[in-house]
Amino acid sequence: MMGWLTPEVIDVLIAVGQAVVILLGGVLLGAVMTVVERRLLGLWQDRYGPNRVGPFGSLQLVADMIKIFFKEDWIPPFADRKLFVLAPAIAMASLLLSFMVIPITPGWGVADLNIGLLFFFAMAGINVYAVLFGGWSSGNKYALIGAMRASAQTLSYEVFMGLSLMGVVAMAGSFNMREIVAAQEGLWFIVPQFFGFCTFLIAGIAVTHRHPFDQPEAEQELADGYHVEYSSMKFGMFFIGEYVGMVLVSALIVTLFFGGWHGPWLPPFIWFALKTGAFLCLFILLRASLPRPRYDRVMSFGWKICLPLTLINLLATGAVILLTSAS
Amino acid sequence: MSVVTPAHGTSNNESVADPVLDAIRQQWGASVVCEQQTLTGLPVIWVSRDSLVDVLGFLRQMPQPFSLLYDLSAIDERMRSHRHGLPASDFTVFYHLLSVDRNRDIMLKVALQNDDLSLPSCVSVFASANWYEREVWDMFGIHFSGHPRLTRILMPPTWTGHPLRKDYPARATEFDPYSMTVAGQETEQQALKFDPEAWGMKRERNGSEFMFLNLGPNHPSAHGAFRIVLQLDGEEVVDCVPDIGYHHRGAEKMAERQSWHSFIPYTDRIDYTGGVMNNLPYVLAVEKLAGITVPSRVETIRVMMAELFRINSHLLFLGTYLQDLGAMSPVFFAFSDRQRAYEVIEGITGFRMHPAWYRIGGVMQDLPTGWEKLMQGFLDWMPARLREYERAMMDNAIMRERTKHIVAYNTEEALEWGVTGPNLRATGCDFDLRKKRPYSGYQNFDFEVPLGSNGDVFDRGQIRIDEMRQSLRIIQQCVDHMPSGDYKADHPLTTPPPRERMLQHIETLITHFLQVSWGPVLKPNESLQMIEATKGINSYYLTSDGNTMSYRTRIRTPSFPHLQQIPSLMKGGFVPDLIAHLGSIDFVMADVDR
Repeated sequence: MMGWLTPEVIDVLIAVGQAVVILLGGVLLGAVMTVVERRLLGLWQDRYGPNRVGPFGSLQLVADMIKIFFKEDWIPPFADRKLFVLAPAIAMASLLLSFMVIPITPGWGVADLNIGLLFFFAMAGINVYAVLFGGWSSGNKYALIGAMRASAQTLSYEVFMGLSLMGVVAMAGSFNMREIVAAQEGLWFIVPQFFGFCTFLIAGIAVTHRHPFDQPEAEQELADGYHVEYSSMKFGMFFIGEYVGMVLVSALIVTLFFGGWHGPWLPPFIWFALKTGAFLCLFILLRASLPRPRYDRVMSFGWKICLPLTLINLLATGAVILLTSAS
Repeated sequence: MSVVTPAHGTSNNESVADPVLDAIRQQWGASVVCEQQTLTGLPVIWVSRDSLVDVLGFLRQMPQPFSLLYDLSAIDERMRSHRHGLPASDFTVFYHLLSVDRNRDIMLKVALQNDDLSLPSCVSVFASANWYEREVWDMFGIHFSGHPRLTRILMPPTWTGHPLRKDYPARATEFDPYSMTVAGQETEQQALKFDPEAWGMKRERNGSEFMFLNLGPNHPSAHGAFRIVLQLDGEEVVDCVPDIGYHHRGAEKMAERQSWHSFIPYTDRIDYTGGVMNNLPYVLAVEKLAGITVPSRVETIRVMMAELFRINSHLLFLGTYLQDLGAMSPVFFAFSDRQRAYEVIEGITGFRMHPAWYRIGGVMQDLPTGWEKLMQGFLDWMPARLREYERAMMDNAIMRERTKHIVAYNTEEALEWGVTGPNLRATGCDFDLRKKRPYSGYQNFDFEVPLGSNGDVFDRGQIRIDEMRQSLRIIQQCVDHMPSGDYKADHPLTTPPPRERMLQHIETLITHFLQVSWGPVLKPNESLQMIEATKGINSYYLTSDGNTMSYRTRIRTPSFPHLQQIPSLMKGGFVPDLIAHLGSIDFVMADVDR
């Protein structure tokens, strides 16, 4: 009777179940982060933040969701409709898909791709189109300037984002995320790849357009930049997409530099969650504490400091590996 | 040429022996029509229209020049009854010049007749005359020949009539009911559309089109209803055109319909972050007209509250300045500090933002019991916070990179554009009225005038933090040495008059009743008081025609010329620099448009 329930099918079902859980978990975490960020900012800014809905403001998320779902979903008459609708979907989907390659615990994870890291780069590359389409199709000059900044910034930071991780790849000898985590059993890559970590962290913030690299939005200058014409859930998708990006980059940093789920005493998942949470807090703390550099400085910082640094890091790593393998 | 002594009040003998006046008499004797004696404290001379620009040029070029065109406006003289000895005039345009080197002022007046309301523009002598002349055209319909672009500035371009003329109604009830049709709305919107050609701008350069970006009047960094149209090449500002008037409420017109006393609350709303600081120049000018000398307790209370509002305004500046540079947290800290200041202000005045607490001849009431403790709490709290702002923000590398040597100008450029206050002192020019021309007893206080050196966005921020420290010092001295005495001057024109003698016999009761219902009647004369307000030099130039109301109230605000200066600084800058500069000017639109 249960003949179709072969071990293969069970494996598939488990994998699908895991995928759905991780997908929903990613979205939900992104949504929860919006509230967590506001509470943390409140804490660091000498004020309360949202604390009215539910105990300690815990139901604020629900209130926000209800509000954003029922707002008028308005498309400006001067907008290019197709691209305008497509942009938020890309913003959300490209980052969510990247969660696929992240190994959460030894048993949990969606796909165990050989090209795991490259898949993330590809998705981050696609993510630029969301901002570009959104800014272009809005038919708004502020959005256009925002989109222009976003594409220039993301392109330049992606160049060394890739390079910054090549040291890790070289040391682990693989693009596969699980193998990279496994290679960190003895020593987390933060130690040998410190400069790689620094540049990847910077690039990660830049790619998710988080403060101080929020040039495409830059409220004080561009009054919200590329998503200024968006409302309701379309805005919501950009908004949640940004937080999903934050979670993703934090999870990647943990996976690539901080030994993934490795850690004593506590279960692997708790370790993974704790480390990711710490980086999420760092993202928020940066926003609370730093002014925004000027756009052209951000670009020259990327090209003149970060890119050479990653190249030197890569060369040094390569040299060390060659020397140690030769001996 | 004749010397007119005022019908009432004291004659100002000091100005007669003025070396500047001597030089003018010597060189321009023929064109000086009359020297007017007023209570303004500065020499006022009437010159003929034809020689006006030459005399202005002479003053601008002389050794120790009058390099700052402090104010330029007009008076509709047609309804004025007390003009004894003054040249016949329907409209009088006045030019108030200031010399920082001499620490002296001079006012030139030109008489115009109704059938020929035109005079030469002095934009070639003083660049800052541009907006002032536009304002005079807008408000009085006086034409300036040779002005580069004489259009309306405060009123919408579609407006008809000139509001500050005496025959223009002051109240909405004197007009037909307002209505806006769809067609009318369309016309208004079309009128607001920016036309680059009208401003002499090109639409493209080397085959690539410029972007014309409309920044404001609704923009998070425009600090109110301020609009500035940018001509952009990429993110580079090729040129820009500020557009003001969205916050214009006609405060000067209202002054002509309010009693001397009941205009006080309107002054609070001129620089709405300055609170009672705005009352100060107004009541001091009225007191000059009324001949009231206030007790030292009044002076000290006024200084104390004005300095508290200076701190309050500078805190708002600091928060928004840093916010415009992209730091989101400081504004919340600044606002919680302001809340502490407001608790003191509320405890003393009973109100927060606009206490309207100063009175002609005093303040509204005496300090409440326990005020010292309240104030001391604030004084003890602030220094650590100021250090924190410096350590966390002013020392921050990104912050320094965003502000050091950005939108810098020197003293000469500042004076050319009429810049005063902290923005002038950021260029290293030591000109603070509290030291140079002490009023309300500032000479009794021990404090320093912080100066900048580069005149850049950074200096304009840092100088305000230093000024807050000095203000705290002044307030501390007020707390430690508050004189005893009355909170009102014992003078018949003190408003509201002291109640003590009111109920004792009928004559004082009648006087009291008249003065409370009609308000005091001030003798015909002119007076002027400048103060070092939160954002620069603010002054009220009052003309009394012997009535319960002012005949003309000219409110000179610092923010107006500060905004006019923007295009001269921004050419070639980046959009983020413009935002940083807007944050560093410290303006509120109510202070610009009045």
